[in-house]
Amino acid sequence: MSDVPILLEMRSITKEFPGVKALSDVNLVVRAGEIHAICGENGAGKSTLMKVLSGVYPYGTYDGQIIYQGAETRFSDIRASENAGIVIIHQELALIPGMSITENIFLGNEPRKRGAIDWTAANRMALDLMARVGLEEDPDTLIKDIGVGKQQLVEIAKAFAKDVKLLILDEPTAALNEADSRHLLDLLRGFRSRGITSIMISHKLNEIEAIADQITILRDGRTVETLDVKADGVDEDRIVRGMVGRELSSRFPDHTPKIGEVFFEVRNWNVRHPISAERQVCKNESFVVRRGEIVGFAGLMGAGRTELAMSVFGRSYGVFESGTIIKDGKEIVLKSVADAIDHGLAYVSEDRKAIGLNLLDDIKSSTVAAKLSKISHHGVLNEVEEYQAAEAYRKELRTKAPTVDESVSKLSGGNQQKVVLAKWMFTDPDLLILDEPTRGIDVGAKYEIYGIIQRLADQGKGVVVISSELPELIGLCDRIYTVFEGSITGEIAREDATPENLMKQMTSTKKMLTR
Amino acid sequence: MSRLKDLQKNLFGGTTSNARQFGMIFTLVAIVVLFQILTDGLTLRSDNLIALFQQNSYILILAIGMLMVIVAGHIDLSVGSVAAFAGILVAKSMADWSLPWPVAILFGLAIGAIIGAWQGFWVAYIGVPAFIVTLAGMLLFRGGNQYIGNANTIPVPEGFREIGSGFLPEFGPNTGYNNATLLLGLAAAVAVVWREIQARKTRRAMDADPAPMWISILRMAIMVGVIAFAALRFASGRVGTSFPISGIILLVLVIAYSFYTRNTAGGRHIYAVGGNSRAAELSGVKLKRVNFFVMMNMSVLAALAGMIFVARSAASGPQDGNGWELDAIAAVFIGGAAVSGGIGTISGSIVGGLVMAVLNNGLQLMGVGTDRVQIIKGLVLLLAVAIDVYNKSQGRFSIIGSLMRPFRREDSAPPASPPDAEREPAKAAVSG
Repeated sequence: MSDVPILLEMRSITKEFPGVKALSDVNLVVRAGEIHAICGENGAGKSTLMKVLSGVYPYGTYDGQIIYQGAETRFSDIRASENAGIVIIHQELALIPGMSITENIFLGNEPRKRGAIDWTAANRMALDLMARVGLEEDPDTLIKDIGVGKQQLVEIAKAFAKDVKLLILDEPTAALNEADSRHLLDLLRGFRSRGITSIMISHKLNEIEAIADQITILRDGRTVETLDVKADGVDEDRIVRGMVGRELSSRFPDHTPKIGEVFFEVRNWNVRHPISAERQVCKNESFVVRRGEIVGFAGLMGAGRTELAMSVFGRSYGVFESGTIIKDGKEIVLKSVADAIDHGLAYVSEDRKAIGLNLLDDIKSSTVAAKLSKISHHGVLNEVEEYQAAEAYRKELRTKAPTVDESVSKLSGGNQQKVVLAKWMFTDPDLLILDEPTRGIDVGAKYEIYGIIQRLADQGKGVVVISSELPELIGLCDRIYTVFEGSITGEIAREDATPENLMKQMTSTKKMLTR
Repeated sequence: MSRLKDLQKNLFGGTTSNARQFGMIFTLVAIVVLFQILTDGLTLRSDNLIALFQQNSYILILAIGMLMVIVAGHIDLSVGSVAAFAGILVAKSMADWSLPWPVAILFGLAIGAIIGAWQGFWVAYIGVPAFIVTLAGMLLFRGGNQYIGNANTIPVPEGFREIGSGFLPEFGPNTGYNNATLLLGLAAAVAVVWREIQARKTRRAMDADPAPMWISILRMAIMVGVIAFAALRFASGRVGTSFPISGIILLVLVIAYSFYTRNTAGGRHIYAVGGNSRAAELSGVKLKRVNFFVMMNMSVLAALAGMIFVARSAASGPQDGNGWELDAIAAVFIGGAAVSGGIGTISGSIVGGLVMAVLNNGLQLMGVGTDRVQIIKGLVLLLAVAIDVYNKSQGRFSIIGSLMRPFRREDSAPPASPPDAEREPAKAAVSG
């Protein structure tokens, strides 16, 4: 590759925040026309580096040099870097939900004729750009009416509208299902063949291994190494070793399950969509959970796994139609979240920032938020007990924070997730439903979370894990249900679980029970 | 840690929110001192202090309810009209149906509760934004006041006037002061010392080092000094005047509601709903009930404020309570509450209300006309909130703190992505 011209070189970049050195002496060399992956645990400095590159942190706020297309550049803001053809697509998409695809593509960059926006030209150009990213939609469709996979494509089309030379994608597939992810990766390969350079930040190592030409690994704000995927024969384990600085012998802690009797059962569960009542979101679903068992729910995005979980958890989603819940041999009716908590259910949501945590709170009050009665006497809160409870969980789950007075908004994703887990462990649940428990969490923290889940199961609790990552379900769960379009289509024991047979049942309505 | 930093950190508690309150208290003290100088000592004279409290107690009572409404993420524009509506009904009930005044007060509170239930119903159970519901209520109850009263004023009897214009009674030996006020001050001083001791105990139980002893003592000395000064001032007013009854009502409400919002599950639910309503709901908080409660509570307090005002002016009239909602809302925001909900304290709002009150009073003493007073008040509101917003975007909270380290190196994060910019370094700090 060394004969290919260098498009971008970042030389000994150092970036300090008050009290913290986020980047120290980081080097990055990106050659024209390659896909360059940047790997590292949360907090390793990946996003900070990209913000330095794209001018979010303007020239002068960091030390070091950026050489782009052979000349040193000094971007004063994002606009300057975009004019130079560097476009960054953030993990949280920057689209306006109530505007059409065309309006979003040209937002801030509208084609004009005599001062007014030329919508005819805009629509024509939008169709052209959409074709380039393989998006088949009416350009007048509103963003909120298309799925997150297509939204991602709109973002990329928007980048093309700005004549992109270097495309930076921050966790592009984090919110996408398998099919959409594959489409996106194919698209990136297509860009490569047309000479567009991409930088990709991702936690999904299998994708990186499949698509990247070069991989630069960061750890604790320093460059560890740059690997050439083909020449060095890089595989996932090799990347993990670079990221964590040691060999992770296994991605999952060793665990021997101690499975007891069935204690929780949902029978013939039917739920309708909250707004369009004709849509049935849960179709006659039934499942059981045993004590000490980790049960997985596999399915494509939109299959109705979250909806099933939330409707069981005190009817917090949709319109309940029919179905029974049996716990410890007795039928229970859970009409509200408070009922569900009282009956020993806990639900850790898939989106901890939007609906899992109050980001204004500190660790302390977040930990006790779901069961204030446990630390109050006659309705009066006991601050000391609150502190002690939160502190105990901080130690037990090894949450990295100076004190439990720290605001949860300042924690990394993995540590926020530990706070959410603590919040639900504090309610003394018998059944924990964990919805995407490791989304957006780095490898080291994932391992810890898996360990916590296994310990909870060993305490005799039932654990339900909903995940879009099949290796995670296969590695963690004792039994896996597959869900497709609101129906449970299969039940697979640990021994029989492979990505292939899970995928088959996740995409078909036919029931195939392997046990 | 230097002594100065110790002082800054611990004088009014250790947390950032307390640091903000410290900034507000500092501002209040500065304004008081400023006007004390500008008015040649008129501001802190007994009669002026007494008048200040009497004229503003009802706004401060409204601020208590408004704080809870705003923390829950709503707003109430109807409080002035509700106060006027309850005021006229109570006045009429005593004039026309000759209700005894204690019963009339209960009647007034009940009216507040009914109005609150009406507004709470639309907000919590139908989901109409509180801005709209209370805008409607503002028109509805203003019109109701004028319809019932025929746009006339209705006088209220002597006994009822006590809650607005009464004072602590005179009794005991002639000390040259009002003895009841002195006792009240003494009780307050004891309470301050007791609280400090309790706070130290709590800190120790949390295995955290309590603030250094000299800080505790300094803090207690300042508080006791302020209380002693205020008690002597209020007790040395003209004969027959002393600490006003409306002030007592306010004091009781402040203590009760501070306790409720800080130390009970119900209070914490209000903050949870304002901080992230969906997360609160999924933690078992009964969203509708909380929203209903804060709206209803606000109207009950508005009715009480209305009655106190009617009692002070000895009659209920068609223009009562005009513009009160804005004064109450301003007090809450000056006191550090967040427009988006989830943040704010009762004590902060009271201090915010006092800042506005002292400003108003001081400018009037100086003979500044209402036109210019309004201009100044508007600018103060804007400035106070702007400073707070700016400080937050810089990742620090204390006005004082920024004064003390003006040359600290700052990386100003662009407003485009403040959450990320704040999170990134913190992440690095805790995951290293």
